[in-house]
Amino acid sequence: MLLSELWFLLIGVLFVGFMFLEGFDFGVGMSTRFLAKNDLDRRMLIQTIGPTWAANEVWLVTAVGAMFAAFPHWYATLLSGYYMPVIVLLLALIARGVSFEFRDRVESERWVKTWDWSIFIGSIFPPFILGLTFASLIKGLPIDADMNMYAGFFDIVNTYTVVGGLTFVALSYLHGLTFISLKTVGTLRTRARKEAQKWYAITGGLVFWFIILTVFYTEAFSAKGPILIPLYILVGILYGALMLLLRNKKEGFSFTVTGIILIMITASFFIALFPNVMISSLDVAHNITIYEAVSGDYSLRIMTIVAATMIPVVLGYTFWTYYVFRKRVSKKENLNY
Amino acid sequence: MDALMLARIQFASTTLFHFIFVPLSIGLALLIAIMQTMYVFKKEEIYLKMTKFWSIFFLINFAIGVVTGIFQEFQFGMNWSTYSRFVGDIFGAPLALEALLAFFLEATFIGLWVFGRDKLPEKIHLACIWLVSIGTMLSAFWIMAANSFMHNPVGFVLQNGRAEMNDFLALLSNEKLWVAFPHTVLGSFATGAFFIIGVSAWYIFRKRDVDFFKRSMNIALVVGLLSGLGIAFTGHSQATYLMHAQPMKMAAAEGLWEDSGDPAAWTVVTSIDVENKTSSNRIDIPYLLSYLAYGKFSGKVEGMNTLQEKYVLQYGDGNYVPPVKTTFWSFRIMAGTGGVLIVLSAFGLLLSFRKKLETSTKYLKFMVPAIFLPFIGNSFGWIMSEIGRQPWVVNGLMKTADAVSPNVSAGKVLFSLITFSTIYLILGLVMVYLFIRVIKQGPHEKVKEDVSTSDPFETGEMQHATK
Ligand code: HDD
Ligand code: HEM
Ligand code: HEM
Repeated sequence: MLLSELWFLLIGVLFVGFMFLEGFDFGVGMSTRFLAKNDLDRRMLIQTIGPTWAANEVWLVTAVGAMFAAFPHWYATLLSGYYMPVIVLLLALIARGVSFEFRDRVESERWVKTWDWSIFIGSIFPPFILGLTFASLIKGLPIDADMNMYAGFFDIVNTYTVVGGLTFVALSYLHGLTFISLKTVGTLRTRARKEAQKWYAITGGLVFWFIILTVFYTEAFSAKGPILIPLYILVGILYGALMLLLRNKKEGFSFTVTGIILIMITASFFIALFPNVMISSLDVAHNITIYEAVSGDYSLRIMTIVAATMIPVVLGYTFWTYYVFRKRVSKKENLNY
Repeated sequence: MDALMLARIQFASTTLFHFIFVPLSIGLALLIAIMQTMYVFKKEEIYLKMTKFWSIFFLINFAIGVVTGIFQEFQFGMNWSTYSRFVGDIFGAPLALEALLAFFLEATFIGLWVFGRDKLPEKIHLACIWLVSIGTMLSAFWIMAANSFMHNPVGFVLQNGRAEMNDFLALLSNEKLWVAFPHTVLGSFATGAFFIIGVSAWYIFRKRDVDFFKRSMNIALVVGLLSGLGIAFTGHSQATYLMHAQPMKMAAAEGLWEDSGDPAAWTVVTSIDVENKTSSNRIDIPYLLSYLAYGKFSGKVEGMNTLQEKYVLQYGDGNYVPPVKTTFWSFRIMAGTGGVLIVLSAFGLLLSFRKKLETSTKYLKFMVPAIFLPFIGNSFGWIMSEIGRQPWVVNGLMKTADAVSPNVSAGKVLFSLITFSTIYLILGLVMVYLFIRVIKQGPHEKVKEDVSTSDPFETGEMQHATK
């Protein structure tokens, strides 16, 4: 494998890891509105992700940083082209990030309510924007010969991409619910499982619809059919199994399965994209391939060496953190929020 | 206004805003780590209380630092795509490494530190805050490595129409990095220290929790004085570096149009006339500029007119003189705060040593607004450094005017400028509001409920009491 391909893979893994980890954080954020009945519920829900959400967000920061370093043209084309959606994404992440810290600092109902809304909105927009972005990436965008993208509103927001965005929102919520039933006790735990069963059909429908639309709107299947078809079939099988798992209260397995589904759906975008980083809807010749977008060999080698030594360390303390906070959050616990 | 101007305003405002929180995070992390270390080794409750009290400010501030930083990471691609394509190879690498080596460290261990107080052994809990502090400094190191490349590009070759890295060690041993990084980090320590000094002074003045705040203040005064001295020392190396690497910036910072005499005098104030390229009414300190620039009391310094002619020969027609007045005054404001910081912290230590802190009400009163001094120094330091580099975005390689995204309209930039300014304004106000609230409340903890947790691998609703 070439270093350029390795880095494409690595960036894919970073986005996938982000969707897996921050996926349930977003889901928990949404549940503070959909699932919580009172302030105590909300505090317990936030407590489940309190120690780890910030580090989970760093997966995104690292993915974007790695994109800048390894594929400057990808970074430049994507972020300047998606100007407006990126602004919305960042505003949402800002609103959400400070709310966790602010909400319990003043004992006033209005204060807490304000930041609760900000958590909710900040949790629902990012997965939507990411889904939108990924979907339009594989659909193709108006990119000219100079690698610049001049996208209008409907290039980015259309039936296919909106379904992509909604699919990510629904999957994140489901993933968050299975996480909650794994991390709480009492009624919250049972309610989360029931809510997951309620959302099961809607989410499944969205995923199915999205895959069908992918066939019509993108070239993904004609090029990558042999990989994508088995992958989506596996998603279907796992999704079927999820119903049984939810019914039989297998909380650990349910969470694992929603996680794997989110991973596979996110990965499918990168599989569909390869060997391009950007697909042009104007002319195939304007597609930007990883080989065109990539940095020089020297800088990739340096980064590979650093990444190879440091990623195990980062993963090590990440796992350790989840181990330290493995206990369920209960009402009587010393809630930080 | 065109997209270029708007993008510049956007960059300047969002970065300056990010850098209000950054130095306070870096400074408070260190001071809190010191306090907690004293608690763990001395076992006096008061140090634990201190750690807890100051960490409230730290956490609120840190949260805003993080969210404003995320925008920075995206901004290069959004507004400066031509720049990103040109230098991504060498400039992106330290940014990616910063995320991998520093952001994960900070974000993970701050979570462990906040939520792990009752779950981790004491020493490991202490290690967590030290790792956070080290993380903030590592983050400063990597971002300064990237920034130093823009001032003093090294370790690259021009090929395939862009700057590609060919020597990583050169990037890491960049002379600019090794003068700017310590200067910036010490400036951050001073920011944290003066914050604690100022808040403590307010309490001592009001005679509330005097013992608690005297001790906090003493720790901060020591850190403040040491970093103040360090700032002056490293600031001097910055000037020495500028002399040979970016002489135009130094000449602008001096308002020096024609070559100086030998030895060169340092100008305290002057009125600058940009149109006629002259400065008049100078008040000079003889020898000092030679000393700043070369570390000895002789040697002449080239003026902007000479340098302009040189650059025209080297780079072609164009104006290579940065905004002189801004550079000149920013430098003076920054260096001025440097002097004041040293005097104030030395004086405070003297008072404390003589046990006169409590009665020196004038000093105490003065130290409250003095909280803002390091912030002023930081901001004007960056303004001098970045404005003084203009018209270049990467010194000698790429002009700022050529760096913007061609596909982003002025309207879009204006939109983002307005939305981000609004959000940032709200964040700033909320922070001030919260800080004032916490200060009014004082260092007394709310009573917490008792603790009990349960194991997720058990079924049923059983709970173990751990306390
Ligand atoms: C000298 C130090 C310094 C400087 C010049 C900058 N930053 Fe910063 N940054 C920090 C020091 C720092 C920090 C102290 O490490 C922060 C502040 C609070 C925090 O959590 O980390 C941080 C946070 C922070 C974050 C959030 C990290 C997270 O999610 O945990 C990002 C993405 C950036 N920064 C990126 C940037 C970029 C792209 C900059 C340049 C334009 C920049 N910072 C200037
Ligand atoms: C946090 C500290 C920093 C502050 C306060 C700061 C401040 C500024 C200011 C005031 C400008 C505007 C100059 C002008 O418009 O005339 C500027 C420009 C710029 N700076 Fe910095 N800077 C900081 C750090 C950095 C770092 C670390 C980088 C790179 C990693 C960087 C990259 C740039 C770029 C790309 C520009 C060009 C855009 C422009 O000229 O406006 N800056 N900065
Ligand atoms: C004691 C007198 C001081 C001197 C002689 C001094 C010197 C300098 C010089 C020459 C630069 C410009 C480097 C460049 O543009 O390449 C600079 C930048 C800077 N200074 Fe100072 N400084 C002093 C005090 C301070 C203080 C008190 C602070 C803040 C607490 C501060 C914060 C900064 C910052 C943040 C920068 C921009 C980043 C950098 O380029 O390092 N300085 N300083």
